[in-house]
Amino acid sequence: MIRVDDVTKDYGAFRAVDGISLEIRQGEILGLLGPNGAGKTTTLKMLTGYFPPTSGEIYYDDVPVSTQPLEIKKRIGYLPESAPLYPNMLVYDFLCYTADVRGIPKASRLGRIKEMASLCSLTDIMDKPIGELSKGLKQRVGLAYAMISDPEILVLDEPTSGLDPNQIVEIRKIIRDIGETRTIIFSTHILSEAEATCDRIAIVHKGKIVADGTTDAIRSNGNGRSTLRMDLKGATPQEAKQLLSGVNGVTDVAVSEKKENRCEVSVGFTKGQDAREAVYGAVKATDWVLMNFAMEANSLETIFRNLTKET
Amino acid sequence: MQTLHLMKKELKDFFTSPIAYIVIAIFLLVTGWFFFLTFFLNGQASLRDFFGLLPLIFSFVIPAITMRLFAEEFAMGSFEVVMTLPVTPRHIVVGKFLSALVFICAMLIPTFAYAVTVSLFGDLDWGPVIGGYAGAVLLGGAFAAIGLFASSLTRNQIIAFIMGTLLCFALTLVDKLLVFFPTAILGFFSQIGADYHFRNIARGVIDSRDLLYFGGVIFLFLYGATLSIAEKE
Repeated sequence: MIRVDDVTKDYGAFRAVDGISLEIRQGEILGLLGPNGAGKTTTLKMLTGYFPPTSGEIYYDDVPVSTQPLEIKKRIGYLPESAPLYPNMLVYDFLCYTADVRGIPKASRLGRIKEMASLCSLTDIMDKPIGELSKGLKQRVGLAYAMISDPEILVLDEPTSGLDPNQIVEIRKIIRDIGETRTIIFSTHILSEAEATCDRIAIVHKGKIVADGTTDAIRSNGNGRSTLRMDLKGATPQEAKQLLSGVNGVTDVAVSEKKENRCEVSVGFTKGQDAREAVYGAVKATDWVLMNFAMEANSLETIFRNLTKET
Repeated sequence: MQTLHLMKKELKDFFTSPIAYIVIAIFLLVTGWFFFLTFFLNGQASLRDFFGLLPLIFSFVIPAITMRLFAEEFAMGSFEVVMTLPVTPRHIVVGKFLSALVFICAMLIPTFAYAVTVSLFGDLDWGPVIGGYAGAVLLGGAFAAIGLFASSLTRNQIIAFIMGTLLCFALTLVDKLLVFFPTAILGFFSQIGADYHFRNIARGVIDSRDLLYFGGVIFLFLYGATLSIAEKE
């Protein structure tokens, strides 16, 4: 178990992390979510023992990082942001070097490297200098580097940045597979990613944790509004607005006009009240055509935006 | 063990980049040129002139070798990669220092050719030659420690080079500028010159004070580099 206890980090006069407390259980996948400059990377760097917090302490199984940095570094695999690896080294040499420093015995080294190469699909680029690789490939080398010693804790700083959609799906799958037995902490600013991979999400804003919990818990703790999106053909915006505002349970209606005599309507209603039937009934009574009708459950995105709004 | 892995990696880096060969070529050209320029005029079968030049030449060649060791890692961000591996700052510093030292030895090996050439012309006394090489390795180590320290202070390789060169030159030249110092501290300044201690060893006399001097300089600057990278944030 990892316990982050009221950790603060100052860069000169700037407070990057401001009193963060977290508990990460074994085998949990935690997503640190937040806008740019929220303090995600700083938090991760402190977790890896790269630098100590200004105040507060991080405990791994109740052992403070500052007392045994070496032991704790052995247990952590870390992928730094944008994978800053040695450009002159060949991928194979780099993985050998990492394996050696991480104390993998010579006998099992090659097997381990091969395993990583197939897991991160690096087999074709093992003999290329890292500097010549594209960003996505570098990122995958970085993942292999982080995972080579099969560490019990993986700290990944934006693991999917720079990858194409296929690779993103692959990496997420890898994270989920590994996460069944390992503890994973990763940062991202992509919400759907956190939602798809994490057991738990912590939203960081301006160095503070503004929400922490499972995706469902965060969603239900949101402002409790749901939105219904519709695409109506044959209605003018004024008519649509007038009609839908009168439906029971609807709190607000926003209409925007589209091409071909169509308009897009989003209807908001309060938590616990499902106005879909009433809305549908109202629309059915007119001669409009309903092109699209989708419920947007209080999306994480809106919650995220509300929580991290600049004030 | 960790230190050796780190050293191996740095050595590989040295010899896979063209810089290593350029530095070695420049070193051999400059020493060879200056040595043989006066060798035939003097008509003496000794390498004294070659070793006499070494402190000055090392003062700018060795910082050029060591300048990238930390500065490059800071600039590229790969410092984060090393620091989050299970190694201590001491492992890193000593590993990099040893790699520079091995490189310096590799650079010195071709100069055996000078000794062989000279021994063909006359009766070469091998004692001072062996002493000279021992001194050269110690001097190289001291300057490598200084260069490494300079590199650990900045992310700019050129600044690292200039700082390293300045420090090495200062140590080489300090005992030639003694006239400028007040007599009270003269004794101290005449003892801290690298050139002075190097010449002692190069004469073939191994004195514990000279060994202590080089050991001290190496330790001091490596310790400084360790503190410097441990404090990097």
